Amino acid sequence: MTVDELEQIAETEKQSCKQCPRHLHVCVAAGCLSSQSDQVKQALEAQVKAAGLEGQCRVKGVGCMGLCAAGPLVSVPGENVLYKGVTAQDAPDIIKGLQADQPVERLRCPTDVPFFARQKRIVLENTGTIDPERIEEYIAADGYVALHKALTAMTRPEVIEHVSRSGLRGRGGAGYPTGLKWSMVAKSNAPTKYVICNADEGDPGAFMDRSVLESDPHRVLEGMAIAAYAVGATQGYIYVRSEYPLAVQRLKTAIRQADRQGLLGANIFGTPLSFKIDIRLGAGAFVCGEETALIASIAGQRGQPRPRPPFPAESGLWGAPTLINNVETFANIAPIVRNGGDWYASIGTEKSKGTKTFALAGKVNNTGLIEVPMGITLREIIYDIGGGIPDGKKFKAVQTGGPSGGCIPEQFLDMPVDYDSLAKVGSIMGSGGMIIMDEASSMVDVARFFMEFCMTESCGKCVPCRVGTVQMHDLLKKIIDRKATARDLALLEELCDMVKNTSLCGLGQTAPNPVLSTLRYFHNEYDELLIADEGAAEPAGAKETVS
Amino acid sequence: MENSYRGFVNREKESDATMIAAPKQQTTMPSTDKRWRIVDATMRRHGYVGNSLIETLHTAQESFGYLDEPALRFVAGSLNLPLSKVYGVATFYHHFMLKPQGKHTCVVCLGTACYIKGADRLLESLEGKYGVKAGQTTRDGNLSVLTARCLGSCGLAPAAVLDGAVMGKVSGADLLDRVAKQVSHDGR
Repeated sequence: MTVDELEQIAETEKQSCKQCPRHLHVCVAAGCLSSQSDQVKQALEAQVKAAGLEGQCRVKGVGCMGLCAAGPLVSVPGENVLYKGVTAQDAPDIIKGLQADQPVERLRCPTDVPFFARQKRIVLENTGTIDPERIEEYIAADGYVALHKALTAMTRPEVIEHVSRSGLRGRGGAGYPTGLKWSMVAKSNAPTKYVICNADEGDPGAFMDRSVLESDPHRVLEGMAIAAYAVGATQGYIYVRSEYPLAVQRLKTAIRQADRQGLLGANIFGTPLSFKIDIRLGAGAFVCGEETALIASIAGQRGQPRPRPPFPAESGLWGAPTLINNVETFANIAPIVRNGGDWYASIGTEKSKGTKTFALAGKVNNTGLIEVPMGITLREIIYDIGGGIPDGKKFKAVQTGGPSGGCIPEQFLDMPVDYDSLAKVGSIMGSGGMIIMDEASSMVDVARFFMEFCMTESCGKCVPCRVGTVQMHDLLKKIIDRKATARDLALLEELCDMVKNTSLCGLGQTAPNPVLSTLRYFHNEYDELLIADEGAAEPAGAKETVS
Repeated sequence: MENSYRGFVNREKESDATMIAAPKQQTTMPSTDKRWRIVDATMRRHGYVGNSLIETLHTAQESFGYLDEPALRFVAGSLNLPLSKVYGVATFYHHFMLKPQGKHTCVVCLGTACYIKGADRLLESLEGKYGVKAGQTTRDGNLSVLTARCLGSCGLAPAAVLDGAVMGKVSGADLLDRVAKQVSHDGR
């Protein structure tokens, strides 16, 4: 592949797109697919054929359009028309509407609403507009231009310099500066290095990475290839959840296409860079999102973490220096290289640059996938973009960071969303799950729910996590069953502190967060469930604590 | 594979080394069932190296629906791994099943978004109607009731998967109705 060939592909694709005056985009990402958008697409194709519009109107499957709650979604690009809740029966009307230039009003979803207007799309710039199963469309959308630029016009330190200057921080949740991680791996003289993409999105309530993989897989591959060049790796792995079969299938297709076009493999763009990507499937273990556990799992072992240091950047997969980044982090790389680090750094807040994707779910009107600039307030996300709480209920809390995060109450709604502000109020950015809860949700029950999750997902290697999560769960259950006293609550708090400070990996260290944050802001809910303590020598209570 | 250049991370490699020294285990296919060839093909593609264990177990489970003892023994023998290790990995990961599943499966998502929207009640109604707990199969082997940590269909919460088809925004009555229809579809 040469740059001329790349431009040629882009040009051909754009021409063929122009030749067809009308387009219909049907969302075929997992959300809409589960409401049968594949049937909608077939019906539309059949209608186009029946109306003799072949060559006049092209029906195309595209990635996630974001507003998953209103799926299946169909858009008419360039005409500002979006249809929601489309069924196969609506296909004739849509085609008729297209012919008569009159959109079908009963299906129309307004596009000038804050849900679309308030977003800023960098990671998701192509999702919902390109066909994820065709590399030509990605190339036509400036795809692989950044890889070419990095390989031919930039030195390895220059690439890392741009990533550092961009201020990009790890989007997996912890927020480690990406440029720093890259330079650590690049520094090593080891002959073999690896680049791993962490797509083990195990947080319940998070589906951003899945949407990116399903909607724009090449963007992740390009980011990984640029990373491989910058740090000097020749082999990459994508560790993806087996629960995401569609993402796996699209990734496989994308890798095959990139291989065939010479955008992966030996001597990419005629340079000495050789880079191969393989997929490794997860098998349903949340702890494998932790980098050392993930490395163990790629090597065919049980996914159990090990103490750090040494960090994977020094000694990771098979003992070689390994760069591990999240899907969204890699998805940010191509735009950073294309537009420069300073451009990216101009978005966001002082310490948190760029944008962040969130999976908006729970008790909110517009559930779906969004991307917003860092520093936006929670209120803007929930009330403007999310459209507020359904059924006239009252907002109670927003949960970020999944089982490692915390619940943020109403008083912090005007707080900017960035790594540091979220940490200050006892939560974390996390990978981007954002679950809204209304007044009907019991916060103690939510804490118990997350603790049950951590309890079953604890890998069992270290005692504080293995035993502590079980004990904390039982105490929470006891509180909910109205059998606990103030002493049990004190014990719970003590355990939280112990597990947080003595566990081996992030799973255990953050497992108490949902309890701690609900204790901090919703202590009254715990107090209401407590029963009177009838002195130290209460036999029944003592027995239960032991069990 | 590149060897570690730092002594203390070599523990994983060490066990590999002892495995090579172990006596050769049985590697012939357990039966003439053609599906074993699919499993074997996966191992061959990875050059029968021990680190392809998880990939191989995935293929075996896809082919047979679950992993029984002959399957684990065959994989252990072919990859030259101790059976204990294969069993350890197979039981560590939630995805691998050591028991056959029912004819039909219904997976209820218990992710946060679904939970907030009452997925626990969905599960209870299923468990109550069919007299099984999550993870179990009815005695006639017709239906397995399973739970998922998160399907990633949070926008459609609460969600359930019946025989591979995702149902979004599902109500208790609706779910029971559709499960009953699916189960009785075999004319029983």
